[in-house]
Amino acid sequence: MTEGVSALELVLGGDANLYSIVWLSLYVSLCAVALAALVGFPLGALVALVRFPGRSFLVVVLNAFMGLPPVVVGLAVFLLLSRSGPLGSFGILFTPRAMIFAQALLVLPIIAALARLTIEELWSEYRDELTAMRIGPAGRVTTLLWDARFSLVTTLLAGFGRAAAEVGTVMIVGGNIDGFTRTMTTAIALETSKGDLPLAMGLGLVLITLVILVNAFAWGVRRYGELRAG
Amino acid sequence: MANFERGEQMHAPLTDLPLSFDNASVRAGAVTILDRISLAIAPGAPTLLIGPNGSGKSTLVRLGMGLIEATSGRVLWGGHTSDDGERRAVVFQRPVMLRRTAAANVAYALASRSAAAGAMPGRVEELLKAVGLGALAGRPARRLSGGEQQRLALARALARDPEVLFLDEPTASLDPASTKAVEDIIRVTAASGVKIVMATHDLGQARRLAGDVVFLVRGRLVEHAGAECFFTSPATPEAAAFLRGDLVI
Repeated sequence: MTEGVSALELVLGGDANLYSIVWLSLYVSLCAVALAALVGFPLGALVALVRFPGRSFLVVVLNAFMGLPPVVVGLAVFLLLSRSGPLGSFGILFTPRAMIFAQALLVLPIIAALARLTIEELWSEYRDELTAMRIGPAGRVTTLLWDARFSLVTTLLAGFGRAAAEVGTVMIVGGNIDGFTRTMTTAIALETSKGDLPLAMGLGLVLITLVILVNAFAWGVRRYGELRAG
Repeated sequence: MANFERGEQMHAPLTDLPLSFDNASVRAGAVTILDRISLAIAPGAPTLLIGPNGSGKSTLVRLGMGLIEATSGRVLWGGHTSDDGERRAVVFQRPVMLRRTAAANVAYALASRSAAAGAMPGRVEELLKAVGLGALAGRPARRLSGGEQQRLALARALARDPEVLFLDEPTASLDPASTKAVEDIIRVTAASGVKIVMATHDLGQARRLAGDVVFLVRGRLVEHAGAECFFTSPATPEAAAFLRGDLVI
């Protein structure tokens, strides 16, 4: 009970340490989702629209990778970015940039696979009209992505949820360095193990509130879109 | 109904007419949907494709539009087989509205024809007015009624500046008032020089609109004649039976 009160005091009192962790977590997760969406949306649309050898295999891989274990992704990115790894020369291991890169890899299959489903469904509806209007492949991709934009918000949410909730990847490639790469999830894990429950609970409270707020915002965007665009 | 006076690009030379089906068949597995159709569709008054359900009207529309290929035989547009389809447009029985406003739907179709960007807003407005939707430009297309959606689909098709406009039972699910509105647009469009090729199972509509009639039964072309001749003295027993209202199986 006293830990709960202390946690609330930290949150409501604007504790600098707590909020620096919150901002970094948001920054990393949002950047990772944006990066993954930049690749995942067109990739999902292409897989939905284009028939090519190995397409079914790619669909299976994308679906399977939606459940990628974060620690495995963390390990793979660690090996890539470590000094002796192929991308070691960038020197970004144990930085927020490494965390963004790793989380983007984790989120990419979720965004690509869900976008493929959405676009494929819309394409079955639009095929005749777009074909009759002689819309080329690039035009089809952009049209379908645009017209599916409100459904794709849900896809972004799924990606954000995954990024915001995961611990293993950012722990491995970020190193959980205080004031530099410590995120809400890694801090909660650390503070709980240290016995500093107020900070852990405060961060948990903020994390849950943020997830609710982001979802509420996305729901509002979708609803507004449906009213405006049909 | 506002008039359909069209821009400079409307005077491009005719390229897709006559539309000729040369022994064209369409099969899906063992099923023959269109059976060796030989037919020439020339410029002029609307050509109405009629026949009972399953006679192949919609498939003939799709073949003429270039949306499907003939399994055997060929289709010639203005004497050539190349299918750029730039000056053909189609309105389906249940057109799909893009998830945008009515105006944005028309703008999309205009952009697909590479219309000059500067002229676009004016042309969008003109087309929407022409189909009686000027006041609904900003409304989401999917929130329009069935009749309004069908008129919007016509505006979208006309935005492509077609030489040939295919219509696949565009009034099949509309009430009489909406049907009349669509038919009025079809008449004005035809009068402006656009060749209308329209599938319908509504004999009254065929009488009202047709310049010539193509009568299909089970994928076969049974009769092709001028409307007056077809409706007053059909040359085949199947056509006579169909006009009497008998079931043609």
